[in-house]
Amino acid sequence: MTQLPAQTERKLGLVIDLDTCVGCHACVISCKGWNTENYGEPLSDKDAYGANPSGTFLNRVHAFEVKPDTGPAQTIHFPKSCLHCEDAPCVTVCPTGASYKRTEDGIVLVNEKDCIGCGLCAWSCPYGARELDQVAGVMKKCTLCVDRIYNENLPEEDREPTCVRTCPANARHFGDFADPDSNVSKLTRERGGMDLMPEQGTKPVNKYLPPRPKDTMEEIDILAPLLAPVASEPKGFLGWLDKALEKL
Amino acid sequence: MTFQQPHVDTQPKVSDEIRKTTCYMCACRCGINVHMKKDDEGEMRVAYIEGNRDHPVNKGVLCAKGSAGIMQVNAPSRLKAPLKRVGPRGSGEFEEISWDEALEIATGHLGRIRETNPEKLAFFTGRDQSQSFTGFWAQAYGTPNFAAHGGFCSVNMAAAGIYTMGGAFWEFGQPDWDRSKLFMLFGVAEDHDSNPIKTGLAKLKERGAKIIGVNPIRSGYNAIADEWVGITPGTDGLFILSLAHELLKAGKIDLEYLTRFTNAPVLVNGDETSDEFGLLLRDKDNKFMVIDRPTGKPAAFDKKGVKPDLAATHTVKGITHRPVFQHLAERYMSDEYAPENVAERCGISAGRIRAIAAELARVAFDEAFEIEQEWTDFRGEKHKTMTGRPVSFHSMRGISAHSNGFQTCRALHVLQILLGTVEVPGGFRFKPPYPKPAEAHPKPHCKVTPGAPLNGPHLGYVQGPEDLMLKEDGSPARIDKAYTWENPMSAHGLMHMVISNAHAGDPYKIDTLFMYMANMSWNSSMNTKGVMEMLTDKDENGDYVIPNIIYSDAYSSEMVAYADLVLPDTTYLERHDCISLLDRPICEADAAADAIRWPVIEPDRDVRGFQSVLCDLGARLHMPGFVNEDGSAKYKDYADYIVNHERKPGIGPLSGFRGEDGDQFGRGDVNPDQMDRYIENGGFAVHHIPEEAAFYKPWNKAYQDWAVEIGLYDAPQPYLFNLYVEPLRKFQLAAEGHGHRQPPEHLRERIKETLDPLPVWYAPFEDGNVDTEEFTVHALTQRPMAMYHSWGTQNAWLRQLHGRNPMYLPTKIFTEKGFEDGDWARITSAHGEITVPVAHHGGLNDNTIWTWNAIGKRKGAWALDEKAPEATKGFLLNHLIHELQPPKGDGLRWANSDPVTGQAAWFDLRVKIEKVDGPPENSQPDFDPIKSPVGQGPEDLAWKVGK
Repeated sequence: MTQLPAQTERKLGLVIDLDTCVGCHACVISCKGWNTENYGEPLSDKDAYGANPSGTFLNRVHAFEVKPDTGPAQTIHFPKSCLHCEDAPCVTVCPTGASYKRTEDGIVLVNEKDCIGCGLCAWSCPYGARELDQVAGVMKKCTLCVDRIYNENLPEEDREPTCVRTCPANARHFGDFADPDSNVSKLTRERGGMDLMPEQGTKPVNKYLPPRPKDTMEEIDILAPLLAPVASEPKGFLGWLDKALEKL
Repeated sequence: MTFQQPHVDTQPKVSDEIRKTTCYMCACRCGINVHMKKDDEGEMRVAYIEGNRDHPVNKGVLCAKGSAGIMQVNAPSRLKAPLKRVGPRGSGEFEEISWDEALEIATGHLGRIRETNPEKLAFFTGRDQSQSFTGFWAQAYGTPNFAAHGGFCSVNMAAAGIYTMGGAFWEFGQPDWDRSKLFMLFGVAEDHDSNPIKTGLAKLKERGAKIIGVNPIRSGYNAIADEWVGITPGTDGLFILSLAHELLKAGKIDLEYLTRFTNAPVLVNGDETSDEFGLLLRDKDNKFMVIDRPTGKPAAFDKKGVKPDLAATHTVKGITHRPVFQHLAERYMSDEYAPENVAERCGISAGRIRAIAAELARVAFDEAFEIEQEWTDFRGEKHKTMTGRPVSFHSMRGISAHSNGFQTCRALHVLQILLGTVEVPGGFRFKPPYPKPAEAHPKPHCKVTPGAPLNGPHLGYVQGPEDLMLKEDGSPARIDKAYTWENPMSAHGLMHMVISNAHAGDPYKIDTLFMYMANMSWNSSMNTKGVMEMLTDKDENGDYVIPNIIYSDAYSSEMVAYADLVLPDTTYLERHDCISLLDRPICEADAAADAIRWPVIEPDRDVRGFQSVLCDLGARLHMPGFVNEDGSAKYKDYADYIVNHERKPGIGPLSGFRGEDGDQFGRGDVNPDQMDRYIENGGFAVHHIPEEAAFYKPWNKAYQDWAVEIGLYDAPQPYLFNLYVEPLRKFQLAAEGHGHRQPPEHLRERIKETLDPLPVWYAPFEDGNVDTEEFTVHALTQRPMAMYHSWGTQNAWLRQLHGRNPMYLPTKIFTEKGFEDGDWARITSAHGEITVPVAHHGGLNDNTIWTWNAIGKRKGAWALDEKAPEATKGFLLNHLIHELQPPKGDGLRWANSDPVTGQAAWFDLRVKIEKVDGPPENSQPDFDPIKSPVGQGPEDLAWKVGK
C-alpha cells in the first residue's frame, strides 16, 4: 500500500472542453507518439497489422450519443485519460509502491522499475484510465507529460502536455488548479467545469466543460419582423429597389 | 514509513535535431517538426513528430494523421523496388527489377507512343500535390490525356467558385475566423481542410459565434455545431435558393455591394430571336455595360465615377436590356422557392428555413461593423472604412459530389454575394493567388502532334462552345471526354471515366495507362468490381484490352496488383516537393506562402521520388523542357527542377528567397541556395499582404498592385463577381440552336436545363433513373478525421482508431426493420449489392445511411493480415455506384457525373435495405486475396528510437 500525500503544493491537471472537441483523436495519437519515445517503456502494439490489433494508449476518445427529450440526437466526443485524482484509489491499492502521487504537483505516476504488472491499480480506477502494456508487462498511464512540462530542453511555450499542444480545436487546457487565477481555474469557474463521476469520491483534478445547449433556434412564422417583405407584389419590389438605391 | 518519491527525469533530451518539413498524411499541408534521434548505430531516425508553431497553416497544432507519420514511414506496406508483373494482371505476382530495367521498359512504351500518336497515353495522377509539374511534363510529352483527381473529388465547388467569383473554399479562401459571428457549414470533407477548420471552429466558439451545420449526418464538426440541419442529400441547392428567396423578399441584401462589385447591374440582351439573347451587353472595348444611375445613360462598368443602377432598363434598337439583378430577383422571388414549397423535399421545416434566413439577415446587417482602414477601388473611388458583414460559409464535397453539384455550389456562392460577405471583414476571404477570375486562367488545349508537345496546358476554363476539346469530326479529343457537350466545363478532367472509356474504346482506344497515387482498382473508382474486370479484360487475341499499365505508388495498395510495371515512390519524409503558388499553395488570407518537403530521412529501399523519375523519363524521351541543348538531362532530380525551373522569366515553382541574394519574393532570378533557405526557414516562405489590401481584393487597387508586384498577375485585373455566368448561357444558346458549334441532339434538352446562367436546382439524376419508391434511402460516405482515404490502414496507430466501418442506420430504419447492433444488412442499389454489418446512429437524416470511406481493404493489400477486420468486415460503398447511369436504351454511355463539370456524382446514390439472417463470415462482395509484393507486417511493435 502506498500513501497519498495529505496535500500537494500544486494541482496540475487538464480542462477538457466537451463543447469544442470534434473527436479527431489528435490528442490520442500525439500522446502515443510522445510517450512511445519518452517516459519508460514504449507504448506497444500487439498484432499491429493483424486481425486484432491492440495497443497501449494513455488517452482515448469515446463518442456517446445523447437523445434529448425534444430535438435530434447529439453526439458528445469524450476524451479520457488519467484524472490525477486527489484521492487516487490506484495509488493506495498498489502493493509495491510503484504507483504514487507526487507531492510537488499532484501528478500520479507509475515507477516502472517497481511495477510488477499485477493490474490492481487498473482494477481500482473507476475511469478505466490505466492500461497494462502487453509487451513490457508494466502499467502505463498519463504522466501529464512530466517529462515535458519542466523540460528546459524544450522552448518554454512547449512545456505543456503534448495532447494540449497538438489539439487543433483548442479543447484541452493545462494548468494549476491550486491557483485560483490560473487559466484552468478560471475556465472551470466560468464554464461550469465538472468532476467526472464525483460519487466515486476520487476527487479528480481534471475537469470537463459541458457542451453548450444545442438546437435552440426557434422556428419563425411568416410574420417575423426580420423577414417582413418589402413589397407584396413583384412590381412593388422594383419600387422598393428604386427607393433603396436612391438612399445609397 | 514515509514514502520516498522516486527520481523522475524531467529534463530528458528531446531530440538530436529537429528537421522541419511539410506533412502529407492528408491534403491539408501542415508544417511539421520532425524530431530526429541517433539510434544505436549512430544513424538519425525519426523519433517524434509535432506541429510547427511558425507555420501559416497549422500554427503548431497537428491532427492524429500528422502525429502518426512515424508509423507511415516505417509501414511494412512500403514498396521496396521496381516491380515487373510476372503473373496475370490482378494476381499481385511480380519480380523485383532494377531501375535501369524499369526505366527502359517505361521509355520503350512512352517513346513509341510519343513518336506515333501521343493521345494513346493516358497519364492521370491521383492525390497529387505536384500538378503544376506533372501537367508541365504531360504537356511536354504531348498527350491531351492528363488530369489529377479533381474530377472525382470537388471540381464542382472549384469550378462554380472560379466562374462565380474567382475562387472557392479551402485552397482558394477561408472564413474570417477572427471576426465571423455566424458560420454555416454545408457537408464537408474533413481534409478540406483539416486543422484550420478545427482551429477556426474553436475561435468561433471562444467568441460565442453561432455555428450552423447542414449535413444529413451529425458527426465531427456537425456534432459541435449549435444548430444541426439534417438535410436530405442532394437538396442543398433548393434550401439555399429558398434562403435567397426570403432574403430578397425582405430586401435583406447588400445593394451597395451588388451594384459596385458584381454583375448585378450589367445589362442582359432580351431579344429572343437574337444570337445574343441572354448575353451581356458590352461596349466597343468589350466592357460590360451598366446604366449609370445619376445620368440614366449606359456606361462601361468600370468607368470612373459610374454609379450602376439595378432598377433601370435600357432599350437599344427596340431590344430591352434588363440588369442581371432583375432576372435574378424575378427567379428567386418566385413561389417555387418559398420555404413551404421546398420544406418537404429538403427535410427542413419552413419555419426553420425562415429562422435561418432571419439569422443570416440579422447578423449580416444588424451586426455589421466598420474597420477604420482606407482603401481605393478599381474605379478610383476612395473609401474611408471597410464594412464588415460577419457571416461566413464553408463547404466542399458534401454538396459538390452530386449531379446537381455545380449549380448547388453556384447557389451557395451567390448567397454569400447577395449578403455582401465575400472579401469583406467577417466574411469569406480569398487566399493568394486567388481571387483569379475564369478569364485569367488558361483555356484547355488538346492539339496533338507526334513527337512534339501539346499546344498548351491541358486544363483550364472554357468561355463557350468554341473552347470545347473536340476533334474535327466533333468527337471528344480526350479519353475522359472532358470539355465536351456531356460536361463542357470539366476544369479538372474526369479521372473516374478514364479506365471505363479506355476499356470501351469510347471515344478511342489507348495503348498505355500511366497513373500515380490513385487507387483505381479499389476505393478511388466507382463500380470497383467492374473496374477490376476492365483492367484484366482481354480481347479476342488474348491481349489485354488496356495493353499497358504503369503505376507509381509508395505503398502496396490494391492498384499495384493491376500494373505491369510498378515504379516505387518514396514516403513523404524521404522526398522533395514544392507546395507551389503555381499550383495549390498554403497561403492565408493575409499572406502569400508556399512550402517544400525535403528528405529528412533517406530511403532504406530501392525507391525514387516519382517526380524525379519523371525528370529522368523526360530526359530519356528528349522532351523539351527536360533536356539541355546538347541533349543532356536538364534536371538531376525534382529538387533541381524546383529551384531552377522558370515558368516565366523570374517566376518559378517557389516564390521565396529568389534572386541573387535570396531577398526577393515572387519575382526574381533563380537562387541556387533557395532550397537551403527554405529548410533554414522551417520549410516555407511567407509574404504578407499590406493592410489596405487585406479585403475587397478583386476590386482593391492596393491588392491588385501587390499581386502584380509578386508575380501573381502580369497586370491589375479587377473584375465583377458573376451572379450571372455568361459562359453557361453560351452553351445554353448553342443548345437552343444558335451558333455553328452545335451539341448532339440527345444532349440539347439537358444542356438547356442544367447550364443555366443563374443557379438552378434540379433533382439528382439518380432520382430520375431509378424507382424512388423502391430505392427510398440515400447512402453516403464520410472520411474519418483520423484517416486519409486508404492511406491510414497501413498505419499501425491509426488503424486502431478506425479499423471497422459499419453501415450506420437512422433510428427510423433501424427500428422499422427490427435491427439490433451486430446485425448485418443487404444494401442494394440499381447497380449492385453489398452485405455488411450495421450499427445505429440517431443523429442522422431519417432516409440516409452512411459509412466511413475507404476503411474496407482487399485481402493481401497494404501488408495486412488477410484476417484483418478491414479485409473481412470492412467494405466499400463503391460497389453500389456505377460510373455510368443505367442504360437508357439509346446505346449511349451516360456518365454518372455532373452535366456541367463532369464531377463524379458519388452522393446521388439511392438504395434499399434488408436485414439478413445468418450473416456471412465476410462482408460481401468478397474478393480473392492478392499476393502481397511486400509480405506482411511484424506482429508486435514497440517503437523507440532513443535509448
